[in-house]
Amino acid sequence: MERRDFIRSSSKMVAGTLLPITLVEVAFGMSAKPEEKQVEDFTFAFISDAHLQQIKGTKFVRNWDMGLKRAVAECNMMSPRPDFVIFGGDLAQLGKAAEIDHGAEILSALHSPMKMMMGEHDYYLDLGEHWQKCFGDTHYSFEHKGVHFVVLNSILVDEEWTNKWKNPMARMQTMAGLDDPNGSPFMVGEAQRQWLKNDLKDLPKETPLVVFSHSPLQKIFKGWNFWTDDADLIQDILKPFDKVNVIYGHVHQIQYNKINNISFNSVMSTAWPWPYPQSYSKVKPTYLPKMTIEMNRADPFFERDATGWQMINVHTGRTNIHYQLPNNKNRTVAYNHKHERPEDIDFQEKKIPSQEHY
Amino acid sequence: MKNILMSVAVIYGLLGTTSLTADEFSNKNLKHWKSEYQFVVKEGRKVFTNPRLGSNTVTCNECHPNAANTHPETYPKFQKQLGKVVTISEMINWCIANPLEGKKMRLSDPRMTALIAYITEERRGVNLSPGKH
Repeated sequence: MERRDFIRSSSKMVAGTLLPITLVEVAFGMSAKPEEKQVEDFTFAFISDAHLQQIKGTKFVRNWDMGLKRAVAECNMMSPRPDFVIFGGDLAQLGKAAEIDHGAEILSALHSPMKMMMGEHDYYLDLGEHWQKCFGDTHYSFEHKGVHFVVLNSILVDEEWTNKWKNPMARMQTMAGLDDPNGSPFMVGEAQRQWLKNDLKDLPKETPLVVFSHSPLQKIFKGWNFWTDDADLIQDILKPFDKVNVIYGHVHQIQYNKINNISFNSVMSTAWPWPYPQSYSKVKPTYLPKMTIEMNRADPFFERDATGWQMINVHTGRTNIHYQLPNNKNRTVAYNHKHERPEDIDFQEKKIPSQEHY
Repeated sequence: MKNILMSVAVIYGLLGTTSLTADEFSNKNLKHWKSEYQFVVKEGRKVFTNPRLGSNTVTCNECHPNAANTHPETYPKFQKQLGKVVTISEMINWCIANPLEGKKMRLSDPRMTALIAYITEERRGVNLSPGKH
């Protein structure tokens, strides 16, 4: 399928969509040079940051539930049907078995196979015990139609912090508070870095590589853990490959960046949006990727606003992203091969003043 | 004349009971007032992160880390979704009633004062811009 056709057919699907949710569809089209066609077209969906929150017993926060249910429903309506769905972490809000089970039940309605990723909200109550019982390994890799996918667990912190708590719920609540000053910076850690080196050891350097992580594998703002402490070391491991795409959750907002050969893209949350770090006026400077043009400020009166969904087209091995935004003009962030960086082709010049984050 | 003299005496009497330096305050006063204020700011942070503020355990800082994107300096302003000019208190109450599914507070509720103190303190140094969007 040509890229243009893909976008056209996707737009049809979008037109039938009333409320957007966080869903990323990725298409690997043929190579820019037809004689290099190695990769079969396929799509996958990306749902992230559901934050299902138990009130009591079988009662959960309605708004967050609805976001995930919407994502699942829209995913099932996608045509072509995604080959698989990746969930980007933070299925639960406070890591409770009831929240993880509730999430598993909602996700079980998906018609496509699931791949799961761990977020800090799933982990810091029982250190991932219940999550792993339900979903298995927290880091792994797999091949799909010529593309090598890696899932990392990027939300670990040092053992001292992890083990200093007598009360697991106090640990969970501290980590769950994005702005809690008693939290600790995330990392992938030595063991997984070794595993990643091994995993990529024999992989041909021209293989398209997609790495999923919950936190950004780049350093943006430590105060809210928009951060992975060993991001530089991971980037070094990914350096030898021609086409590397890192897709991450956690930040609940549109971000994109390019560092050397690696293009970075965030996905949105199905639950709620977050302000950009630079709108916290007490902290200067923040390290939001310079390239990112912010998404519009959320309208709190429309509870699905600024939870959006995205289609990512990796047709040329680089990411072109089409954001479908409620109450807002849709946006496209496309890789500009001349400037060798992702650019927001329309929005960049026509910024709406009242929508600036401050 | 007798009446006037009496009035003067009464005035002097009143002055005698109050200090002639009533408008001055000491460093001790300043320290005290600041600590009272800081106490209420801290209380505000507690309310801001209290899962029992509404009815569904959702906290203010879930959507507003460090009170970012609350814009206390832009109120009062025309809130298009409410169709009128409102103060920050009314917007806070909207949040409590909707995302937090709770009961609106009286505007004189000490928790309301504390919330406003906290979110305004997080914006210290930002220019006042009432009406800004």
